[in-house]
Amino acid sequence: MADVITYREAVAEGLAREMRRDPSVVCLGEDIGAAEGVFKTTVGLFKEFGPERVWDTPISEQAIVGAAMGAAMTGLRPVAEIMFSDFLACCWDYLANEIPKVRYMTGGQVTVPLVVRTANGGGLGFGAQHSQAVENWALAVPGLKIAAPSTPADVVGLLAAAVRSDDPVLFFEHKGLFASRGPAAPPDHLVPLGEATVARPGTDLTVVALASTVPVALAAAEALARDGIFAEVVDLRCLIPLDIRTVLESVGRTSRLLIVEENPYQGGWGGTVASLVADEGFELLDAPIRRVAAACVPLPFADPLEQRVMPTVDKVTAAVRGLAAY
Amino acid sequence: MAKGDRGARLRDRRTAGPPPAEPGAPLGDDLVQLLTPEGERIDRVTGPDGVEYSVDFSDSEYRGLYRDLVVVRRLDAESTALQRQGELGIWASLLGQEAAQVGSGRALRPQDMAFPTYREHGVLYCRGIDPIMPLGLFRGVDQGAWDPVEHKFNMYTIVIGAQTLHATGYAMGIAMDGKVGNSDDPADGEAVIAYFGDGATSQGDVNEAFIWSSVYHAPIVFFCQNNQYAISEPIERQTRIPLYRRAAGFGFPGVRVDGNDVLATYAVTRHALDNARHGQGPTMIEAHTYRMGAHTTTDDPTRYRGISEVEAWQAKDPIARVRAFLAKQQIADAGFFTEVDEQATAEAMSLRERVLAMPDPEPVTLFDHVFVDETPQIRQQRARFVEYQASFEGSGH
Repeated sequence: MADVITYREAVAEGLAREMRRDPSVVCLGEDIGAAEGVFKTTVGLFKEFGPERVWDTPISEQAIVGAAMGAAMTGLRPVAEIMFSDFLACCWDYLANEIPKVRYMTGGQVTVPLVVRTANGGGLGFGAQHSQAVENWALAVPGLKIAAPSTPADVVGLLAAAVRSDDPVLFFEHKGLFASRGPAAPPDHLVPLGEATVARPGTDLTVVALASTVPVALAAAEALARDGIFAEVVDLRCLIPLDIRTVLESVGRTSRLLIVEENPYQGGWGGTVASLVADEGFELLDAPIRRVAAACVPLPFADPLEQRVMPTVDKVTAAVRGLAAY
Repeated sequence: MAKGDRGARLRDRRTAGPPPAEPGAPLGDDLVQLLTPEGERIDRVTGPDGVEYSVDFSDSEYRGLYRDLVVVRRLDAESTALQRQGELGIWASLLGQEAAQVGSGRALRPQDMAFPTYREHGVLYCRGIDPIMPLGLFRGVDQGAWDPVEHKFNMYTIVIGAQTLHATGYAMGIAMDGKVGNSDDPADGEAVIAYFGDGATSQGDVNEAFIWSSVYHAPIVFFCQNNQYAISEPIERQTRIPLYRRAAGFGFPGVRVDGNDVLATYAVTRHALDNARHGQGPTMIEAHTYRMGAHTTTDDPTRYRGISEVEAWQAKDPIARVRAFLAKQQIADAGFFTEVDEQATAEAMSLRERVLAMPDPEPVTLFDHVFVDETPQIRQQRARFVEYQASFEGSGH
């Protein structure tokens, strides 16, 4: 296996590893078989595992997720793909009312160990209905776990944890990261759900990021280091469980917090992180908590306009400078 | 049951029942056709709904349909080229589906309302709408931004199938407004047409639209262009029976028409619309056609279908058969065909020039139209945005 792989190759690799390990893992979704995924994230699976375990489905989001739930009740570990995360809205009843409630409402008697993978986020100019970062939608639903990796190795490691989880996991793959490259995951790589990581150490300020905003934050930190501002970048990796401990430890070292999130400012996950830090780490802070999030508007189709709405390196750099000088 | 048995169980379940039909397999006599692929005119034909279909066009009307088909294909090719040259973000080509769109589009009466997918460029053209209208969306200078009511043509709907429920509600609305079933005058009643594809028939909301339209007896025509593919998923992944036969289960007529035959498509659609406008309720039309190109410019169909299948459909081209008919019947001569080609090229060049001349929007307009009554948060974000943009002035950023 190559030393460096793309994020999209890591998705297929992570799925293949879990399917080899556990024969109860099946994949279902639109265009994931012979076409190998519209984002080429299921390349090789149909060839290796065949139609018994890689199900090309009709174009019915409700049925894909609803059937995944039923299949999970029989003991399978389904990995359902919803092509664009925007379409989670097409199957929201199952994601908000059915799947996360099964275990609770059956008094713990029925679990639905399933993963719903989906291509999330903007940056590719897909317009208002194919570009949204919707991880905060899921954050509003008790009963779901939420993973959103930023590197190829984390894709493999978190996917392993998600498939093995007995709780349902929403797994957000970022469209803007599919072409990005990084070190391949070592054999048997597993990243437990709910463990954030310090992606870059620093002393002056903590930048909390997730998925696409991790490379944005890292690029800003790199640029700022040349000016003597040393930002520490924390990659949350998961929103539920949320590793607030790692964030608080970092803020304890830096006393300043900037949160960079791709979902809109309103109702964004950064609000939850800020609330927790204000609650549990108020004395650690020497400055207000700041957030760089998407504007509260539907995403434009044109690339230059989309960049105006989304977090960018420039916006993060400006926010860090402001906060460092506070 | 042991895990090892699971694969066998699934396999048994999948292969239960009769094998699904292959795409492009010979059709039975339930297909309404008035013009063969060879350009032979069939005078009249009885559809699976028991209705006798025919058309009575003048020579000039026949030539007009040919002109529509050629212009629509040429404009579509130009849009594909514009995308390939980086001037549009994406394009969903209608190549191969010209007859289904021109036939149904010309069957609409001026007062009828159309709910398109994102591929109905031919219907849009036949509504008399400037083909530049949707290109602002695909160039990214707006989000569509046309008035559906003014044009009697809804915004392109990108999420598969959603428009069928919008159309159902609209049809119920005009029925409540008393615009249906008042007289036999075709200019009087209004009807609604909802476009969708074979893939959309697997969507829950589309099936809900069928049920609602049926039980409310809504004045609507469900026009399914069965182009054999939902991106890569072939028709046998969506259905085991011809799609038009589903209508019976919902309680309204279904008819299958040769979607590459502009005459039959016109006849069937006109009849269904007039039934709807006169209070006879919904009809489902399955226009049997083929997506000759990719799903969109982001798709590569060679990954999932063979060239022989495409070639078999090339022999059923919707334009070639009309041209053969016009020539054989001496309705049109070589000069006419040349003139139509020239018109199509001129319209395409005009479209290109006007696309390239589309002005960029002001970035601050991003914040417009989110709400009717703007929230303080939006106002604050706009103000910050303006301030942030201004901070780059003179910096060369």
